[in-house]
Amino acid sequence: MDLSYGPEYEAFRAEVQKFLIDFKDQAPRGIGGTGRPAAETIHWQKLLIEHGYAARTIPKEYGGYGAEPDILKSRIISEEFTAAQMPGGIANQGVSMFVPTLLELGTEEQKQKWIRPTLNGDIVWCQGYSEPGSGSDLASLQTKGTEDGDDFLVNGQKIWTSTAKSADMMFCLVRTEPDAPKHKGISYLIFPMDTPGIEVRPLVTMTGNAEFNEVFFTDVRVPQNQIIGERGQGWFVANATLGHERGMLGDPNAAGSRLAEITQMMMEETVDGERLMDNPFLRDRLVKLQSRVLTMQYHGMRLLTARVKKESTGVAGLIVKLQGCDLNHDLAALAIDAMGEIGVLYDGSPMERSRGKWQWRYMFDLGLIIGGGTAQIQKNIISERGLDMPREPKPVKPAPADAAKSA
Amino acid sequence: MEFALSEEQKMLQDSVGRYLETACSLDVVRGVAEKSGLQADDVWSGLIDLGVPSMMVPEAYGGMAFGMLEAALVSEVMGRHVAAVPFIGACVLGPLAIARGGSDALKEAWLPKIATGAIRVGVALSEHTGAREDAGITAEGDRLSGRSLFVIDGGMADIFVVADTQGGLHLIEAGAEGVETIALTSIDRTRSLSEIRLTKVVSQPLDGGEDVLASLIDAGRVLYAADTLGAGWAMIDKAVAYAKERKQFNRVIGSFQSVKHMCAEMAAELEPCRSLIWYAAYAQDALPDDARLTAGHAKSHLSEVGRFVARTSTEVHGGMGFTDLLGLHYWFKRIGVNRQILGGPERVREELAKLQGWAA
Ligand SMILES: Cc1cc2nc3c(=O)[nH]c(=O)nc-3n(C[C@H](O)[C@H](O)[C@H](O)COP(=O)(O)OP(=O)(O)OC[C@H]3O[C@@H](n4cnc5c(N)ncnc54)[C@H](O)[C@@H]3O)c2cc1C
Repeated sequence: MDLSYGPEYEAFRAEVQKFLIDFKDQAPRGIGGTGRPAAETIHWQKLLIEHGYAARTIPKEYGGYGAEPDILKSRIISEEFTAAQMPGGIANQGVSMFVPTLLELGTEEQKQKWIRPTLNGDIVWCQGYSEPGSGSDLASLQTKGTEDGDDFLVNGQKIWTSTAKSADMMFCLVRTEPDAPKHKGISYLIFPMDTPGIEVRPLVTMTGNAEFNEVFFTDVRVPQNQIIGERGQGWFVANATLGHERGMLGDPNAAGSRLAEITQMMMEETVDGERLMDNPFLRDRLVKLQSRVLTMQYHGMRLLTARVKKESTGVAGLIVKLQGCDLNHDLAALAIDAMGEIGVLYDGSPMERSRGKWQWRYMFDLGLIIGGGTAQIQKNIISERGLDMPREPKPVKPAPADAAKSA
Repeated sequence: MEFALSEEQKMLQDSVGRYLETACSLDVVRGVAEKSGLQADDVWSGLIDLGVPSMMVPEAYGGMAFGMLEAALVSEVMGRHVAAVPFIGACVLGPLAIARGGSDALKEAWLPKIATGAIRVGVALSEHTGAREDAGITAEGDRLSGRSLFVIDGGMADIFVVADTQGGLHLIEAGAEGVETIALTSIDRTRSLSEIRLTKVVSQPLDGGEDVLASLIDAGRVLYAADTLGAGWAMIDKAVAYAKERKQFNRVIGSFQSVKHMCAEMAAELEPCRSLIWYAAYAQDALPDDARLTAGHAKSHLSEVGRFVARTSTEVHGGMGFTDLLGLHYWFKRIGVNRQILGGPERVREELAKLQGWAA
């Protein structure tokens, strides 16, 4: 353990603080993870990368800042952004999932081509994994890619595809080897969303917005070289991405910012003439949540250190999505409960606070508990891979004697 | 710059853990618990050989001068093996109090003996985390009078570190005139808990007053939390192992998803707490601004997670978990006591709210 803030770090903190003051006016009001980034967000993102506050450890040649991983500096950045209530960098599926996957498994040419514009917010990606018949059992997916000259012709349907309506590109799982066993017949393809034969139909969610979509493919022509990894390796590549998604979805820094926002709100809002903070039950919930937020933040520091040292993290690494998403949801719940009737106002109602964001978060976070591998699937993963417990037994074929009896 | 244990720290934890694994078997624990809950003498001697009582004693007095992170790592393995020996008071808080507040003469008199394990310290300060039953110690000149409850490691103590109601710290000898020790019986028979009654007992002052007292309370909170971390992981490991062995409906119960999910939930709640303990323990020595806050969070959060794990692991074991035969209850009870000592979670959280200006 060495978390001492030497002079180097104090200087770094001062630098971050100065940035946040100098560039305050250029910050967008929110980052909004589910749509196309607005021009001001893209501008902000570029500023952040230039200063090393986004894409910090991604190599310079691919458009990142190129710093060595340093958990204290990362922590200082997130602390200062939180304290100043300033938005951090873009954390959409392209930045948080596709870029790390490419860094791990892409060819040099693919890295050169896609990472920079993705980081900059110029290219927006969507993730085409889930299908109507294949959610938790993703490997059963049926969207087909059949060979046609140098291309695949893709046919089928994806569902719950976030951002598909505004995305430029999709990374998509397609069954290209129909005769292989289910996990070995999938390829990881990438293609533009304006390729002929793609139809996107928005799906309105409980939040009232259309955060995700259905996507239909009819003879969509994808050159065979637009593949990450080899043919039939898509499941392996996707699992790399899903690992990154589990990391993104449980991000404890987001929880830290929320805790700070709720604290401030409970100090300012009143009921019966008393600050919300003066209610001992609400206050206790807040402190309890603070325990969990700090725990997950320190846990993140531990995992980061392990990753830098290339040590395996075992069960510690598998729990982040489950715990992090639950924590965020519980934070939103406290904000709503503390506000009471005001907490349920929405859609621009009079007296609505913060443009209804706590309700939006409370609902959307439930989506995140389900998406990216449901809480139950996470528990399967933790128990099977983390605790080495038995997998689900396969359905047993009736023994010959029983079969004979029933015949 | 890193958030990880050093090789030396891993080795320390490993060596104490491996020793306890064999020396502090369930039979040994049971032996102590069924007698009167003082200590397992052989285990205590073994820990002396490993240098555990000297951990926190400064080098000048024959100790190893370790920090709170090392103490927490050892506390964790003590919890893991429900070690029936004095540790938190005798080996950590006691020597810390004397090293921080004692005069040179006092340090010279006691620290070398603590380091060799010849002397055990009991620590009486619970009135500062929750005064009950009109208990409290008053100091008049060099004399102490009054009662202090829930004295940590008081049962076998040769000397006591005692906090008076003003927050002053003192040292007394257990054999001095006017000292009466009354054993309290808790659910956890692996560690002693006692009351002391003092009548004009001769004492030596420890300097540093409330600052040292506060640092001892924080240190104690981290250590009880670490004990729960160890005891909790032991309960998870036992649940997982049992679930892989026990069969019902012609399959191991560990293949039932609800059993798997109980185990996954325990691990998902408890494993991140390790990072909280490391941080809080490290903060005690290196990050003074965070020391109070994180010690309180470690104590209150591990109390909550520990309770969940203790209950859930017992359920995974079915009726067997409820029996005395299996002995799982020793861990259950240890976690139960850790929750209450030095402030239960509700009280600690309220302190944390005050500390941050959230409550008056
Ligand atoms: C907000 C949001 C955004 C999303 N974005 C995307 C996206 O961009 N791209 C994409 O491809 N997908 C996306 N998804 C889809 C998401 O990954 C799936 O919804 C998820 O994997 C669950 O699949 P399902 O909806 O078919 O539910 P099902 O698999 O039908 O699950 C229904 C219930 O059954 C339980 N269940 C299923 N199998 C098991 C099992 N083996 N053990 C125990 N319980 C089980 C589940 O836990 C759940 O409670 C998104 C979903 C949401 C909610």
